[in-house]
Parts: sequence; C-alpha cells; structure tokens
Amino acid sequence: MADHSRLRAALRLIEGPQTIGRGPKFWMGFAIVLAGACAYPMFADSYDVGNNVYFFNWLFMAMGLSLIWGYGGSLSFGQTAFFGVAGYCYGVLTINLGDAYGLTLLSTLIAVGFSALFAAVLGYFLFFGRINGVFLGIVSLSVTLVLERFMAQTAGPQWAIGSARLNGFNGMGGMPSLTIPWPGGSIVLFPDLPLYYLTLALLVVIYLALRMLVNSRFGNVLVAIRENPQRAEMLGYDIRKFQLGGFVIGSALAGLSGVLYTSWGNYITPASMGMTAAALPIVWVAVGGRGDLTTTLVGTLAVLIVFQRLTIHGSQYALVVMGILLVVTVLVAPRGIVMGVADASSRLIRRKDTR
Amino acid sequence: MDIFNLIFSFLYQFGDAFAFLVLSACGLAVIFGMMGVINLAHGEFIMCGAYVSTSAAHAGLPLPLAIIAGAVAAGIAGMIVELAVIRPLYQRPLDTIVATWGISMIVTQGTLIVLGPSMQGVGTPFGSFTLGGYSYSVYRVILMIAAVGTLVLLWLMFTRTRFGLLSRATIQVPHVAEAMGVNTNLIYSLTFGLGAGLAGLAGGLYAPTMTLVPTMGASFMVEAFVTVVVGGADIFLGTAPAAAILGIIKAALTGWQGQLAGQIGLLIAVIIVIRILPRGISGKILKERA
Repeated sequence: MADHSRLRAALRLIEGPQTIGRGPKFWMGFAIVLAGACAYPMFADSYDVGNNVYFFNWLFMAMGLSLIWGYGGSLSFGQTAFFGVAGYCYGVLTINLGDAYGLTLLSTLIAVGFSALFAAVLGYFLFFGRINGVFLGIVSLSVTLVLERFMAQTAGPQWAIGSARLNGFNGMGGMPSLTIPWPGGSIVLFPDLPLYYLTLALLVVIYLALRMLVNSRFGNVLVAIRENPQRAEMLGYDIRKFQLGGFVIGSALAGLSGVLYTSWGNYITPASMGMTAAALPIVWVAVGGRGDLTTTLVGTLAVLIVFQRLTIHGSQYALVVMGILLVVTVLVAPRGIVMGVADASSRLIRRKDTR
Repeated sequence: MDIFNLIFSFLYQFGDAFAFLVLSACGLAVIFGMMGVINLAHGEFIMCGAYVSTSAAHAGLPLPLAIIAGAVAAGIAGMIVELAVIRPLYQRPLDTIVATWGISMIVTQGTLIVLGPSMQGVGTPFGSFTLGGYSYSVYRVILMIAAVGTLVLLWLMFTRTRFGLLSRATIQVPHVAEAMGVNTNLIYSLTFGLGAGLAGLAGGLYAPTMTLVPTMGASFMVEAFVTVVVGGADIFLGTAPAAAILGIIKAALTGWQGQLAGQIGLLIAVIIVIRILPRGISGKILKERA
C-alpha cells in the first residue's frame, strides 16, 4: 500500500507551481495534441514522418537546456558537446558491436551514460569551483569548440577505435540504426513509422518525467537557486550538488538527442559541435521560452520547423533570420515568444474588461 | 650554442603565444572587467577589423594606418551595437551574452552573403630572419612588441587620463559616479567602443598572417575566453599574467605535440584553475590585498 501512495504522490507532481498548465482543460488539450501526433503518420508520407522524427530528436536537448538554464539559472552554451560525445560514442560502439541482440539499445544506454559522466566531471570543476553564470557559459562553449577542432583533425587510419574510423572533418558514418530484437526478425528503426512512435513515446515519457522532477523538492530547490543562490544556501541547501544534478540530467538529455540523431541519419560530424550548432539550441530555448518545459517544447518545435522552411527557400539567410529572432526576443520578450504572446493577449483582454 | 638556440626558440614560441593571447583577449577583458558583459560578438569585431584593414591596405593605405583604420571601424561598430542592443540589457547580464551571440550569427552569415566565402589577404610583410639554423618571422616579433605596447597604452589610458579616472569611478560605484555628474552612459558606450576597437586592432594585426574568412573570429574565441577566465576581471593584474602563464603552457605543448595539443592544454588548465581560483588571478590578488 505504501508503494501505491508513493506512486500517487509522484503522479500528483505532474502539475505544480513550476509548470504552466493544470487542470482538466490543459490535460484535455494535451490529449488532443498527443492524439493528433499519433494520427499524423496516417496523413503524411514516409518522408514527412522521418522528417518529424528529426525534429523530435532535438527536443530532448532543448528540454535539457530548459532544465539547466530556465529552471536552474546556469547558462550552458556547450550542450552540443554532450550531443556530439554521445553521438560519436554510439557510432563507435555500434560499429564495433554490431546491431544484433539489442546491442544498439545497450550502446544507446552506454553513450548517454558516457555523456552524463562527462557532464559530471566537467560540472564538478565548474559548480564546485562556484563559477557564476557568465563563466559557465564561456567554459562550456570553449569545451564544445575545442572538441569540434579535435574531432575535425582525426582524419586518417591512425584515428580509429576498434573498427570504427573517426574520419576527421567528414564525420563518421555507416553506424547501424537502432534495432529492437524481436522473435522472428529484429525490427530495424529506419526513420519511418516505428521510429516515429518510439521517439514520440520517449518524448512524452521524458516530458512528463521532467514535469514531475521540476515540481518535486529537487526542482523547487533548483528554482530557488535561480532566484537567489545566497538565500538558497542560507536555507541549508548545498547548491553545488543541486546545480550539478540539474546539469548532469540536462546534459544526459543532450546526449540522448545526439544518439537519436546519429542513429536517425547514420552519421555524425564534428560540425555538430561547432559554433553554429552550439548557438541553435540557445535560439530555440530562448525564443520558445526557457522558463517552462511546455513553452520550450512548443517554441522549439515551431522554431525548428520555421528554420527548416527558411533553409529550403533561402538557405543563406536562415542563420541571419535566426540571429535577428534571438536578438529581438531577448530585447522584447525576455520570457520567450509563447509567454510574450500570452502576456500581450491577457493584457489586451484585461484592458477590455476594465473598460 | 645549441642550448642558446633552444632557449631562443622557446622564447619566440612563448612570445608568439603571449602576443596572441593578450591581443585577442584584451578587448574582451576591457568590456567584461568594466561592464560585466561577456561579448560573444568579440570574434566578429576581430573579423571586422581584419576585413577593414585588409581592404584599406588593398586600397593603397600603408599597413600601420590600415590596421588603425580597422581598429577604428570596429570601435565605431561596437558603439553602435552598445547603443542598440546592450544598453537596454544592463540589468540582465546573462541576456547580453545571448543577444551578442545573436549579433555574432547575423554578422558572420551576413558577411558570408555580402562578401563571399573568403577575401584576398595581404601577405605577411618583412620576411624572416635566421638564427642558428631556424628561421623566424620578423612580423611575429612586431606582434609581440605590439602586444606589450597595447598593454602599456591601456595602462596609461586608465591611470593617466580623465577618461580612465571617470571610467574607474564608474566601475567602482556607478550610482555615486552618476551623482557626481559623470555621464555613465557615455562612459559605458566609450568602454564598449574601446573593447571592440581593441578586438579590431587584434584583427588588423593578425590579418596579414591568416586566411580571411567570415568565421575567422571563432579561431580567436577559445584563447580569448580562456585568458579572461583565468585572469579575472582586471586587465593588468589579470589578463597580462594569465596570458604569460597560459603562453608558457601553450608554447610548451605546441612545441611538443602541435597546435591542437596547445589548445586542449589551455582548456584543461582553465578548468583546473577555475576550481582553485574561481575569480581568476586578479580576484585572488585583489582579495589578498583587501
């Protein structure tokens, strides 16, 4: 019975002070959106379905950054480092181990674990050195830039781990996709229906889990640290441990994005850790609204879709538009576009009411 | 004889690394030290300086004047950016990082669209000299002199001029300075312009030695960041000694294992230094003095 009530207590955390959206109305909307997402492949061809999986892949990194930056208040510019580390790790493992017996799933776990470990080591030095926000951003950005340059020079046969060649600037390719072992032939998850549903399920599970996390004691302390680190410390919390915890979880999510991306396209390049790549998650999360998981999710998806449309129609102007979007958002709607629109419309409604 | 050659070669390597670290970092350090703003568009101001000075040199201006033109152009660009984007964000320092990153994206990609993927450079002037079988570039030695000269000029500017006095007052207690009649907005604007101009100077000085591409600023970023983080908020007590220490590390590792090892070594050094001296060398010195 104790387990039962504990489960119920955990489930109650799914809505709380740290997340917007509560009550039957919100969950009704959530169910409708989810049903729409489930039904989507029926109305789209397999290219579009695969393309949507591509969008979904990035959302994990965005939610992780929202946790670190929006909830924890530590600005990390280097999430792509964990993305790249996990992607390369997955590539090296699966090329060496092959895709039989569910080894790709094991590789996924190891790769995500490895990026979390990397984050823990880096985070130990940063948070236990009591680095404030600005320096944290610089150091994490430097880490990802140096990693990019390191991977870019790994051309040639001497740079190989087992039978996996790292291939320098051109990046690594030819790793198997995620494969689920199944009696009577294993299921290879090409960017199509099965992978779509798997990624969607993963997305929903992690979204709900993160909602519970930020409404739990841990999440509340994280928000308290964002609001006022000294006060949180005076109240007796070891803020370093909480910041490190949030950083590791968020970075593991970036790693998960890296693995999914690598197995989705069967390749990973050093450019995925470069300056432009590192800027994009910041754009999504800042523009979408970093302070809340739901706005991050919605905003990131919207920005990703707009960015891809822009890239198709005027490829070279896409990054300029992204830059302008970022500057304007920071200046005009610091809480992100979703919240900015909501604020503006509620102000409008209130003005009508008073009249 | 051989020992002397080795020592000279190491000193040359060290001086080269020191000059690169000082020149690439001092613009960033001025803006961070004075205003607490980390300017992620720093690399783009460097690129701006390099492009303007190279174009000026192509137009027939002598190289020293061309370099100064590059610095001035970057400085003016910096003041415009400060006015348009940084000023509304003084209360939100973290957001200035994000905003300057947006500017960096716009400028990099905009340059690529307008000026194409690369620009014809001017060759490295002055040739080279030989000592004990090794050949050294004269221009690199000039860069070392320029780095030291820049530090000296900055020191004179901050300690001997009225601008220096007012700006130091503004950093210490902005409200009191304002109450005493200092136009703090003007000081911030000039400081940001100075930082951007120093970045432009670095770009102009290094333009003859590099390939001019729109993303060239990024190749300065890691070194500049690392030096500012290790140094802390003060330029003279922080950036200069940090550049000296990091210069030794970089020269030793580069000589031993190549360029990339030098960079990785710098990064590891920084992560360890942060654990021991969270506020950098200058934070440590100033705390002990206080």
